[in-house]
Amino acid sequence: MDILVSNSTILISMAVVFGLFMAWGIGANDVANAMGTSVGSKALTFRQAVIIAAIFECAGAILAGGEVTKTIRKGIVDVSSLGSTPELLVYGMLASLLAAGIWLLVATRMGWPVSTTHSIVGAIVGFGAVGIGMEAVQWGKVGTIAMSWVTSPLMAGAIAFALFRSIQKLVIDTEDPIAMAKKYVPYYIFLVGFTMAMVTLLKGLKHVGVKMPFEQNVMYATLIGIIIALIGTFMIKRLKFPPKADKKFHFANMEKIFGVLMIFTAIAMAFAHGSNDVANAIGPVAAVFGIVQSAGDIVSKSATPVWILVLGGGGIVFGLVTYGHKVIATVGSGISELTPSRGFAATLGAAVTVVIASGTGLPISTTHTLVGAVIGVGLARGIGALNIGVIQTIFLSWIVTLPAGAILSIFFFFTFKGFFS
Amino acid sequence: MVRKSPITKMFAESPIKPLQEHIEKVHECVKKLEPFIKAVVAKDYDKVASIQSEIHRLEVEADDLKHELRIHLPNSLFMPMPRERILDIVLNQDRLANKAKEIAGYVNGRQMEIPEAISEMMIEFVIQSINASRQAKKVVNELDELVEVGFRGREVGSVEEMINDLDDIEYGADKLGTQINNALFAIEKDLDPIDAVFLYRVIQNVGEVADIAQRVGARLELLLAR
Repeated sequence: MDILVSNSTILISMAVVFGLFMAWGIGANDVANAMGTSVGSKALTFRQAVIIAAIFECAGAILAGGEVTKTIRKGIVDVSSLGSTPELLVYGMLASLLAAGIWLLVATRMGWPVSTTHSIVGAIVGFGAVGIGMEAVQWGKVGTIAMSWVTSPLMAGAIAFALFRSIQKLVIDTEDPIAMAKKYVPYYIFLVGFTMAMVTLLKGLKHVGVKMPFEQNVMYATLIGIIIALIGTFMIKRLKFPPKADKKFHFANMEKIFGVLMIFTAIAMAFAHGSNDVANAIGPVAAVFGIVQSAGDIVSKSATPVWILVLGGGGIVFGLVTYGHKVIATVGSGISELTPSRGFAATLGAAVTVVIASGTGLPISTTHTLVGAVIGVGLARGIGALNIGVIQTIFLSWIVTLPAGAILSIFFFFTFKGFFS
Repeated sequence: MVRKSPITKMFAESPIKPLQEHIEKVHECVKKLEPFIKAVVAKDYDKVASIQSEIHRLEVEADDLKHELRIHLPNSLFMPMPRERILDIVLNQDRLANKAKEIAGYVNGRQMEIPEAISEMMIEFVIQSINASRQAKKVVNELDELVEVGFRGREVGSVEEMINDLDDIEYGADKLGTQINNALFAIEKDLDPIDAVFLYRVIQNVGEVADIAQRVGARLELLLAR
């Protein structure tokens, strides 16, 4: 107990610095994957993508990042099992952050496929099982998380497939695709706005102190959806459709309308990514802060403090501005075969899945989810050529990253333990 | 240092554009047969030689495109059309240019003359074969639209129609070929026997141009039936 009190400043500072480092890494690297499809389909310029990412990653982190943060903070390691040694959890969380951060740095340099989520979950499970004891890890919850890593790409793929088939039916395969696109795209925009708003209202906002009855949530989500759809309709009205554009590729003008839709989808994706991935950086920070603040009283039923969410969002934006913009450009230019209609189906499929996972408190990999969504569109015969070998790198990421995060975090855990006591 | 993202790695280059570029080049090569045969009829052998070398050059360029395409089509790709089918289409497109090269090669090499009696028909016949090649090109150019619609619905119908037109053009070329054969048969006794043999061969090969063009369409049709 005394250790926590006498070292409270240094412990919290360390947590903040490590957490910022992780958030920086997410902004620098991971955001690019979330935004890549939007830039690649040329619905957004690279600059627009950076601005959207900066605003909505941050918004997602603050407004809807609470639930996953809670999971990382106290869902994986059973805090009640610590009894009189709460400082172990503090060391462990610091070790996890450091381990995941270093592992990501190394792996990125080496060009290995890694996921921030897997690194941090592996690290926490590692220190929990070895540093504290097997029984300290909530294996049921860990199992659910691991399951979600399999189901999330599948779900995203299924949604993307369905979305693409629906636009095929309603828009592409019609007498006048442009007219149909004008007619239906606002509904899709509504869908984007409504889904995002609904999950946020239901699950996210209570972490920033807002709580409303269900019916009221539905009402507000509908309202937000309608407003966004109206904005979209207005943007579509301003488009021009020179018949000349359709000469070489008959669907060029129709795709322009999907370009508008893609802007909203990109926003949803940035929001979803922020809401899920921010927890990887600040979940441990929140845990450390909670324990140290209450001087060892781990029963903390309190929600994640808003300033920590802001810290995470800010860190992501910082990473994006200092380095991530370059990665967005690279990733975006690597995806030139994607037209907005497919980009939309894939990205929304992924965004919906990720935001639902965020609402449920499940930390998942945005990148893997997006891969699943793209394959979903591919299965609907909508994409020229896909490199299926990528699925292998996903499995590799699971097999390599989890133990790597765990081993590093165990090492740092004992280092901190020895250092402070 | 920028890591290669799995998302980027996922998107392979679609073979459709290279395929379209290839047939573009092939058709450019085949198209030369028209001025070529006209020069032969006019007995302008300088021109015949220069067009022959152009045809040869275009065929080589098409070959390069073909290799490029094959190299970029690894086994691991997941595509809305089977890889074998794409390779099959390229193979036939390639044959189209080869056939043009072959015709130009021996007509120029032997400084062949086309008898007055069949020269008009011959030009018409060559043009009809070129038309078949053009129609094949048009069909292949619909492939990106087919991917856009996901190989479903109306677009499929309109491509099928184009393939039907291609069949009609080939049929027309076939008929012209028979007519020329008959006309040549009527005068073959007056010709040098070896010249006559080679004239029959030119006729056969020009007919094959239309034939191969039709085959390109037929291979593409198989993509629709799934």
